[in-house]
Amino acid sequence: MSIQAQPIPQRPSAEPLPPPTERFTVLGWLYKNLFNTWYNALLTVVMVMLIALAVRAVGEWALNVARWEVITANLRLFAVGQYPITALWRAWACVVVLWALAGLSLGLWSRRAYGSIALLLAFPFVLGILAQDETTRWALLGAAAAAAAGFLLGQLRQRWLRRLALAGWVAYFPLVIVLIAGLGSEAPLLPSVPTNLWGGLLLTLLLTVVGIVFSFPLGVLLALGRRSKLPILSALSVIYIEVIRGVPFVTVLFMAQLMLPLFLPGVTIDRVVRAMAGVVLFSAAYLAENVRGGLQAIPRGQYEAAYALGFKPWQTTLLIILPQALKAVIPILVGQFIALFKDTSLVVIVGLLDLMGIAKTVLAQPDFLGLQAEVYAFVALVYGVFSFLMSALSQRLEQRLNTAR
Amino acid sequence: MALRRDVSSPLIQAFWRDERFIRAVIQLIVLGVVIWLVVAAANNVVLSLQQQGIAIGFDFLNNGAGFDIGDTLIPYTNSDTFGRALLVGLLNTLVVSVSGIVLATILGTFVGIARLSSNWLVNRTAWLFIELMRNVPLLVLLVFLYTAVFLKLPRARQAISVGPIYLSNRGVATPWGEPTDTWGAFLAVLAFAVASAVAVGAGMRWWQRRSGRPKPIFLPMVGAWLGISIVGWFALPQPPLTLSYPEIAGFNFRGGRTFTPEFMALLLGLVIYTAAFIGEVVRAGIQSVPKGQVEAARALGFGPGRTLQLIIFPQALRVIVPPLTNQYLNLTKNSTLAVAIGYPDLFGVSGTIINQTGRAVEMIAIVMAIYLSTSLFTSLLMNLYNRRVRLVER
Repeated sequence: MSIQAQPIPQRPSAEPLPPPTERFTVLGWLYKNLFNTWYNALLTVVMVMLIALAVRAVGEWALNVARWEVITANLRLFAVGQYPITALWRAWACVVVLWALAGLSLGLWSRRAYGSIALLLAFPFVLGILAQDETTRWALLGAAAAAAAGFLLGQLRQRWLRRLALAGWVAYFPLVIVLIAGLGSEAPLLPSVPTNLWGGLLLTLLLTVVGIVFSFPLGVLLALGRRSKLPILSALSVIYIEVIRGVPFVTVLFMAQLMLPLFLPGVTIDRVVRAMAGVVLFSAAYLAENVRGGLQAIPRGQYEAAYALGFKPWQTTLLIILPQALKAVIPILVGQFIALFKDTSLVVIVGLLDLMGIAKTVLAQPDFLGLQAEVYAFVALVYGVFSFLMSALSQRLEQRLNTAR
Repeated sequence: MALRRDVSSPLIQAFWRDERFIRAVIQLIVLGVVIWLVVAAANNVVLSLQQQGIAIGFDFLNNGAGFDIGDTLIPYTNSDTFGRALLVGLLNTLVVSVSGIVLATILGTFVGIARLSSNWLVNRTAWLFIELMRNVPLLVLLVFLYTAVFLKLPRARQAISVGPIYLSNRGVATPWGEPTDTWGAFLAVLAFAVASAVAVGAGMRWWQRRSGRPKPIFLPMVGAWLGISIVGWFALPQPPLTLSYPEIAGFNFRGGRTFTPEFMALLLGLVIYTAAFIGEVVRAGIQSVPKGQVEAARALGFGPGRTLQLIIFPQALRVIVPPLTNQYLNLTKNSTLAVAIGYPDLFGVSGTIINQTGRAVEMIAIVMAIYLSTSLFTSLLMNLYNRRVRLVER
């Protein structure tokens, strides 16, 4: 092969051409994304047909066949289970406070958060349209008003408001527990509501929140233990983590349900608390592995720099290593929390009436026999919405905390 | 007690300030607390069981079970022992897990590739499927499939027929091979075919190394295996399997094989749920291979097939296999959800045994031990694999 310099063809005009512009056109987009090769064109046609068939079948069922009155007639049951009607205002109070806190936080920390605040306000209104009775509508209106008030207050962006919001979030969990559980059987203001009356979405969310709040510190401790240089500590952590991760969740739940009373004779622990213990013990092992991933990502230099600056080991861990390690694994942690939220559905196997359990009792009502498709589709939708909200929230959090830019 | 001298101070340090001493004390305290907790708990369990008049032991496994099991792979009647019932459950778990793993891998690979498709519609559909599966609990999916799909199928008499397969609320009836007298001989032929395929593969590899030119390896192996098996099938005096077709007989089916609605719902649920997660694993694996690798392979004269086989696959597998194994373990552990739809897997059968005998401690211990050993064994294999691929890297 001979290499010969080819004369470069001269363009007739010396004028440089303008840079190529790619304009967005519908046809261009269609061509590029759907019909760029012959097999993609074929695939597109087949997919369109399949999707059309599926949408038609599902739409036909959802609009004409399905009897959605099973959902609307039992909304309260799905939401709170057997929780007494006289105490229902406490559940509403939790919602209103949550909305107020969310609005305040959005106003304080988020710039251009109009989409989120609109969502926060629209949610109660949409539910209010679906709801059947006046009380629910008023409560939902209250939640929306609280969110709006919080957001407007947050616009002040004062320091004390930020502290108030943080304190509010910290106090929210104990507040919810006190409101829902009550202060004692004789208490005049907040009489106890026994846990066997907790149910529906309320129980599902409580299991999730308790699971997150308690398993998170336990998981961090286990992760630190596993990475520890003390051999016995590390071995114990490894054994715990690997044993829990090696067995199915149902067996852990069963064990908590059947064995805890045997471990602690004389003490009566009620079923919901036992289930919560199972959730916490199980979730901690998985969280520990996720946190360990974050810990491993911290370069040695961070430790050395901290020691050089005179930090004590516990200060180094608490102030230097953990904040960075946890920030690095936020998406994974939230994924784990979503998994926990989904896993709480298994408490129905040990006989609790969470969202899944309520679905079963609703299906046993003589008026609504054989409506499994409607009920379980609704349950799936509720789980889906909450999981989606959690992952959306995690993405926002990730963006906010991304100081590296 | 060994005393450490601090370089900076001439004084001899007191031994309780020695870091090693403090560490040892902390560890001993933690160990002591853990041992105390375990012993106290175990003590309490034994005591409270004694009060109920139950002694811990595994003798009850030899007692008669007295309950029936819907799905059995091995002969089982209610006069068999608890131990055998447990074995039936274990086999059911194995069947669901293994077939689930195979099917979920196939479907998951498709989902992962679809997620990378340049076709927007295909890409988005796969994304929607994955998001749907990731945001809905498996239990809801399983119960939905069982109660709202498989139990809502028409009765056996009005069964929906898809070719020779019948769908009804009695389950899914499909044609199935019935072994004849020559089945044993055919198994021997199959074993011989596998051995020959291995031999052919080794021979071709030797030839490739000797000649220094690429020789086909995979195809001759498949050819040898298929050829010997087919010849064996027809050479035997009687076909080793006869196909039996299901037919509607009264309220049920005769012939073929009927998979119960419980089994079908569990298998389908586990497969599509796990496939979504496997899809993400596969996508991440393929995307982890830098584009330059493909371009370099093409520049070196590799064809598309060889690029895939020798360049992309080995590198993608290194990323894919560990999380994939995790998904397989998840599927196996998730198969315990069978208890919610009444499929008698290991956990379901042990639940029944606990109800019958009250032996919660022993049964939970057995079930946990089985799952734990499966998990630990798999992670052992995984570690070996990881070590191997790491060696290949350098």
